[in-house]
Amino acid sequence: MKRLGKLASITTLLLFAGFASAQTLRLGLQEDPDVLDPHRARTYVGRIVFTSLCDKLLDITTDLKFVPQLATSWSLSDDAKSLSFKLRNDVLFHDGSKFDASAAKANIERAIKLPDSLRKSELASVESVEAPDPTTLVLRLKSPDATLLGQLTDRAGMMLSPKTFDEADVSAVGKKPICSGPYKFVERVQNDRIVLEKFDQYYDAKDYSIKRLVFKPIPDTTVRLSNLRAGDLDLIERLSPSDAGQVKKDSALKFMPVSGLGYQQIIVNINNGKRGEDSPFKDKRVRQAFELALDKQAINDVIGEGLYPPAQQPFPPASPYFSEKYAPSKRDVTKAKALLKDAGFERVKVELVSGNNTTETSMTQLIQAMVAEAGFDLNLRPTEFAAMQKEAGAGNFDLMLIGWSGRTDPDGNIYPFVTCKGPLNDGRYCNPEMDKVLNQARAESDPVKRKALYEQMQAILQEDRPEIYLFFQPWPFATTKKVQGFVPYPDGMIRLKGVTLAP
Amino acid sequence: MIKLIIHRLLIAIPTLILVSLIVFMLQKILPGDPVLTLAGEERDPVVLQYLRQKYHLDDPLPVQYFAWVTQVSQGDLGKSLRTDLPVTTLIAQKLPVTLQLASMAMALALLIGIPMGILAAVRKGGWLELGANMTALSGMSIPGFWLGILLIMLVSVQWRLLPASGFVPPAQDFWLSIKTMIMPAFVLSTAIAAYLMRHTRSAMLEALTADYVRTARAKGVAPARVILHHAFRNALMPIVTLVTLLFGELLAGAVLTEQVFTIPGFGKLMVDAVFNRDYAVVQGVVLCVAVGFIALNLLADVLYALINPKLRHA
Repeated sequence: MKRLGKLASITTLLLFAGFASAQTLRLGLQEDPDVLDPHRARTYVGRIVFTSLCDKLLDITTDLKFVPQLATSWSLSDDAKSLSFKLRNDVLFHDGSKFDASAAKANIERAIKLPDSLRKSELASVESVEAPDPTTLVLRLKSPDATLLGQLTDRAGMMLSPKTFDEADVSAVGKKPICSGPYKFVERVQNDRIVLEKFDQYYDAKDYSIKRLVFKPIPDTTVRLSNLRAGDLDLIERLSPSDAGQVKKDSALKFMPVSGLGYQQIIVNINNGKRGEDSPFKDKRVRQAFELALDKQAINDVIGEGLYPPAQQPFPPASPYFSEKYAPSKRDVTKAKALLKDAGFERVKVELVSGNNTTETSMTQLIQAMVAEAGFDLNLRPTEFAAMQKEAGAGNFDLMLIGWSGRTDPDGNIYPFVTCKGPLNDGRYCNPEMDKVLNQARAESDPVKRKALYEQMQAILQEDRPEIYLFFQPWPFATTKKVQGFVPYPDGMIRLKGVTLAP
Repeated sequence: MIKLIIHRLLIAIPTLILVSLIVFMLQKILPGDPVLTLAGEERDPVVLQYLRQKYHLDDPLPVQYFAWVTQVSQGDLGKSLRTDLPVTTLIAQKLPVTLQLASMAMALALLIGIPMGILAAVRKGGWLELGANMTALSGMSIPGFWLGILLIMLVSVQWRLLPASGFVPPAQDFWLSIKTMIMPAFVLSTAIAAYLMRHTRSAMLEALTADYVRTARAKGVAPARVILHHAFRNALMPIVTLVTLLFGELLAGAVLTEQVFTIPGFGKLMVDAVFNRDYAVVQGVVLCVAVGFIALNLLADVLYALINPKLRHA
């Protein structure tokens, strides 16, 4: 009897533990996401939630190859102006309606036509969408566009239930997004939590063992980590590099960094506004000198705790378009001084604008000390982010330290920044050669030829240095030991296929 | 009494208009452009132009202000630029959280501050007073965010006694709700308790030297009754003013504490809104806080009348 009681209590305990922990995964995010409508959303952190909520036409592998998700296969016509997809026919939306080619058509058309859509430029090459039969989707293009497949692995390729599209109320979708991903939307309290629940009719449901996801926005990195250590969270993203050592030492935690698709760079004002007109950086020798004055490895060691691998190009090592030719620049003060002198400068007085957080402030202080030895008197101006964006557009800076979260397709990491009319070209660098090569690369669908074009681009970039790449942005995750099977991806998204929670 | 309340309410209207004007202007002075934060990393020029028109951000300022006032007078505070949710919904979500935090913090502060103040006054010059003064000084000078992080490290990470942060609605789990809120409430209460202690102490010192206290003592009234009934009741007036004002400040949101403990209250809502240049939310929240302040001031006046019979007919 006694033994039976003991057994019963152990079973209850196990059951209880099972219910309490193995079923809910609590994730700590750095910010609260914006609108949960993939066509209107703009934040990186929102994409983390979408990854579990909304399936896309395609997905990526850890080495950035495209793999099927809602589309099982795809093919490009010979003139590269029509892209066809074969779609799965066993997919349901969370409201029970069936996903098919006409639903996909409705989604892509919404992304293109909706006045509030932020996906317009991503899908700019799409002329029309056709759904000849329920499992075939055809995109007709205005002109060949090699970047399109990459866009469809992200928000532009996410599929919502067309039943939820409400002409009168554009915000209806975001309040209760109905997609076809492994988890469905339960509730959201702004600044507090987003709750998702497993969708049992998901086609791969057996690969998802976690029943419930709770995303909690906790902006302070110290507090986010404390919550993980206290057992109130199971997984956190964007751990501060300065906390990495602490996590590595903690036997209850796992430290899982991955090198991302994005980078940290210094944008140089060459021709934007009054500051651009008088800028010493108009002379590319001054830009080259500035880069040679930097010790990128020291930034990695001191600020990044080894998590900031030095960069010399916009493509991360994980990308097939990464060029082996350009090793990160090494510090060479003598050469930097000589270049400055050639350009006719003894000392150069310039201003570096950066974000006002602790990591960026200490990074700019380090940079200030480094470049001073080569003849740059750097005035630092830490600025709050929204104000900084405005300064960027208005050209109210000489140098600006800013990050880019990175895109799967190489085009997204370079085109907007260095083409003459690029929307993110805040330094107003303009070289017709560069525009020509990048436009060709955009249209080239053969990977080998495309890579050759990007090699040409890199040569111009290394000579002109309109932007100075400092390091590749890491996505440092930390989890408790209970979380098993989690694989971080270079895009920083949290994919939960095969992830389990040990009791 | 009723006349007093009506009079106060009428005075409140110009105050509110002034507040809304100042907030409106301040926001426009802030550097930054809401459209840039809204348009996302890509900053697509077509999207920028569309958003500017959609939110009437290219209209002249008086037109923008008038449009907003018209909307508000119809009970509509507008929609958050960032999340698309109505501002009234956001306020309805956050107000109970902030109310709970503020009430718990105030209750703790009263429990700590007032007895300490009375004791310090009664035992003037003794060790007790010195101790109370030291505690008050540290309460006022220790920064809340630092104390907060320290408490999280100690109580949640080291001892695993309380949840590290977050918010649980009391309707969902009452005890868990109290447990999650007790640390932030304590952090908030330290500074308030210190103020209360010092004010109680000085008000009590004054009252204890008053003639009526000497008379009461001479008549042989029990010491405890002299202190609580005769002296404390008279010392209460300035404390009531202080408590209502401090409570008003708590309602405006304890920005740092809410940030450290990730409590989804007013302070966090407001700070996020300012960072995102979410004008509609900032304006709505400020208006709401201003209304709260006015209501609390009115409450203080009513309380005076209740405590002090002399004021009832004024």
